[in-house]
Amino acid sequence: MHEIGIASSILESVRAEISRRPEVRVCAVGVRIGELAAVDKDALTFAFEALTRDTVLEAIRLEVEWLLRRQKCLQCGQEFAVRDLDLNCPKCGDSGTTCISGTELDIAYLEVEDLCVKS
Amino acid sequence: MREIVEKKVLSENDRVAARLRQRYHDENILCVNFISSPGSGKTALLEKTLASFPKDTPVAVLTGDLQTDNDARRLARYGFPVRQIVTGGTCHLDARMVERHLDDLGFRGPGLLLVENVGNLVCPSSYDLGEAAKIVLLSVTEGEDKPLKYPGIFHRSSLMLLTKTDLLPHVDFDPKLALENARKIHPEIDYIAVSSRTGEGFDRWLGWLNALHQKIQQEAAVPIA
Repeated sequence: MHEIGIASSILESVRAEISRRPEVRVCAVGVRIGELAAVDKDALTFAFEALTRDTVLEAIRLEVEWLLRRQKCLQCGQEFAVRDLDLNCPKCGDSGTTCISGTELDIAYLEVEDLCVKS
Repeated sequence: MREIVEKKVLSENDRVAARLRQRYHDENILCVNFISSPGSGKTALLEKTLASFPKDTPVAVLTGDLQTDNDARRLARYGFPVRQIVTGGTCHLDARMVERHLDDLGFRGPGLLLVENVGNLVCPSSYDLGEAAKIVLLSVTEGEDKPLKYPGIFHRSSLMLLTKTDLLPHVDFDPKLALENARKIHPEIDYIAVSSRTGEGFDRWLGWLNALHQKIQQEAAVPIA
């Protein structure tokens, strides 16, 4: 249920960007969420839509990139996506691997239109 | 036109957490953050832990709940400074709440700060409180597969405490399977089984806390990058 708080934090950043640069219109905000981030994509999208409905931010889309957990083998350096909770290296079989992604909760990009340029 | 932002969603919380981390470092405070489902025995563990400390031990407790100050009243009986953080519905503690209540408590290091999060295995895992370690509790009345269902918190925790082990003869819970599941998510997670009722495992638990405190004190000589 903390997706409302997460969505509010995303919108705070969007608002800050809009007030800093009134010449652009934000069309979309792209976020990156790792499977270990403990954030549900659907709940976040629902919260984002609920918080923007009937506001000036209503037209902004939320675009979510979902990232699987990735590990790196400490022996052979192989990087791999984790499937079925198997943390062993698929190349050399070693169990000594370290987590290199999957905990992300980042704002990656904004899609903007420049209001001063006629298209 | 796409513009790259590359910013943490919770950057505001992270900023306050970094301030807390610096403060803990400067004052030589060991802060640990206890996280579990409601009813896994966080408060009972803290009670037994506080009861084991000599009266002049520099230790303070912040305890979070949606409503009531019941936990703070339970914990205050041991004579150490305690503050209740009533979140009023919010399902986790954030760094700002901790900072505000820590100021209110007037606790100064060196010492130990125990933070009992709101009972919830999901949301607290997203919020950095500047702590040295997250400690996740799993009680034997829950399922062994909880680490697989809630991987985020088991991935981020340094220690898993299996609680209520005095009930093991009465429940179909396999501690070995629970630990295996936790290590599927986080192979390096430490593990201690305890009973806050009988005191079983408390030597190891207090030893773990003490070892972490010593490690922090050694690192205190080195500035945070």
